[in-house]
Amino acid sequence: MTAVCLGIPGQIVEMVAGDDQLARVEVTGVRRTINIGLLEDEGIDVGDWVLIHVGFAMSKIDAEEAASALSALRMMGQGYDDELEALLASRIEERERLG
Amino acid sequence: MRFVDEYRDPAAARGLVTRITELAGDDSFKFMEVCGGHTHTIYRHGIEHVLPRSVELVHGPGCPVCVIPMGRVDDAIALAETPGTIFTSFGDMMRVPGGRGTLLEAKARGADVRFVYSPLDALRIASENPSREVVFFAVGFETTAPSTAVTLLKARADGVRNFSVFSNHVTIVPPIKAILESPDLRLDGFLGPGHVSTVIGNHPYRFVSERYGKPLVTTGFEPLDILQAIVMLLVQIRQGRCEIENQYTRIVRDEGNPRALRMLAEVFELRPHFEWRGLGFISQSALKLRPEFAPWDAELRYAVPNVRVADPKACQCGEVLKGVIRPWECKVFGTACTPETPIGTCMVSSEGACAAYYNFGRLHREAAVTLGRASA
Repeated sequence: MTAVCLGIPGQIVEMVAGDDQLARVEVTGVRRTINIGLLEDEGIDVGDWVLIHVGFAMSKIDAEEAASALSALRMMGQGYDDELEALLASRIEERERLG
Repeated sequence: MRFVDEYRDPAAARGLVTRITELAGDDSFKFMEVCGGHTHTIYRHGIEHVLPRSVELVHGPGCPVCVIPMGRVDDAIALAETPGTIFTSFGDMMRVPGGRGTLLEAKARGADVRFVYSPLDALRIASENPSREVVFFAVGFETTAPSTAVTLLKARADGVRNFSVFSNHVTIVPPIKAILESPDLRLDGFLGPGHVSTVIGNHPYRFVSERYGKPLVTTGFEPLDILQAIVMLLVQIRQGRCEIENQYTRIVRDEGNPRALRMLAEVFELRPHFEWRGLGFISQSALKLRPEFAPWDAELRYAVPNVRVADPKACQCGEVLKGVIRPWECKVFGTACTPETPIGTCMVSSEGACAAYYNFGRLHREAAVTLGRASA
């Protein structure tokens, strides 16, 4: 089950060329594409940590907050596994790959 | 983890609990945590067990899955069962019972119901299935609504016409107001929601102090955040102040996220009224698509039954959502109503007070020891 209010911390590893709304993030070792449009005014860049909610970067956070959010999620057990699985199943991808 | 210890440090927790006990003195206080995420933290870490008897936390209406009334679930099922439709939903909503069962049961009967992580996944399904109509079941407070707004703006920009949104987005301020107006409950202050406030900021809560004379402290999701916020509320009360304060400054800014707010305003407008489970109809408390987005509005494209369905008699989610009773005081808690076979919404979502208590209630004492009270 995806809990509607959960946020998963991820680190931006790559900006998607040709679409300024998309970026690649690394979440617990796996890379996925997310939308960063809501944080456009914050100047998101590679290396930044963000809190991801339903495929969107919701807040820019620091490494400390990211570690704490991740640990809180891990304590949720099944809820965390489900949320992560849902994120990994997500297929928000680059425009070019849409074909 | 070095960082995390800082937010869970038992010595720091003990210090805050001592401070809370001193500040509360011989008086008693009742604070509501509005957000389901906070409810989860409170149960998960046994915070109720470390607090002195003088300070009581009551759980509020801030679980977006829990507040959706049964009639809207039935509407969703009707949309899902429309021939040719692919109905997409967050996982949480799949098991929420309406008057006609759940979306999961509709899927078992043959409806094409798909669980998605993001509204963008739903939009993608539409792009990939041009001969089918794809509907997205949008739920959530201002935390989630901007994501739906961005998705609709993208649908319009890309000319995706076989995609529509069944909007059940709600706003956080009207239910707080409804609770303040409710005669059932005497509250001394609020723990303000964390993630919602990253979008709307702290200004929208001003009426809580200005009009109703109650303090509110926007709070993070770590146990020490909650304890710190309770200290801030008590300090305000003891100093004779009544203000909106921000404990969660590491994420929440007073002005919120202006960009997200602009996108919300571009796509959505307030409904005249919307039914909330347990709270009844609240005016201007939910979002519908603006007329410019009519081609993507499922409520205009489909004949949505829009029938009101009364909650099952045995279910007391309404009283739980208003903080009038605690989860275990409900007649069916843990017996007829469990996370496996939920009767009410509060047992479905992991952020619902009943599910949180059912899952973690028994861990209370253990967690309380971790937080340090046993050795205090």
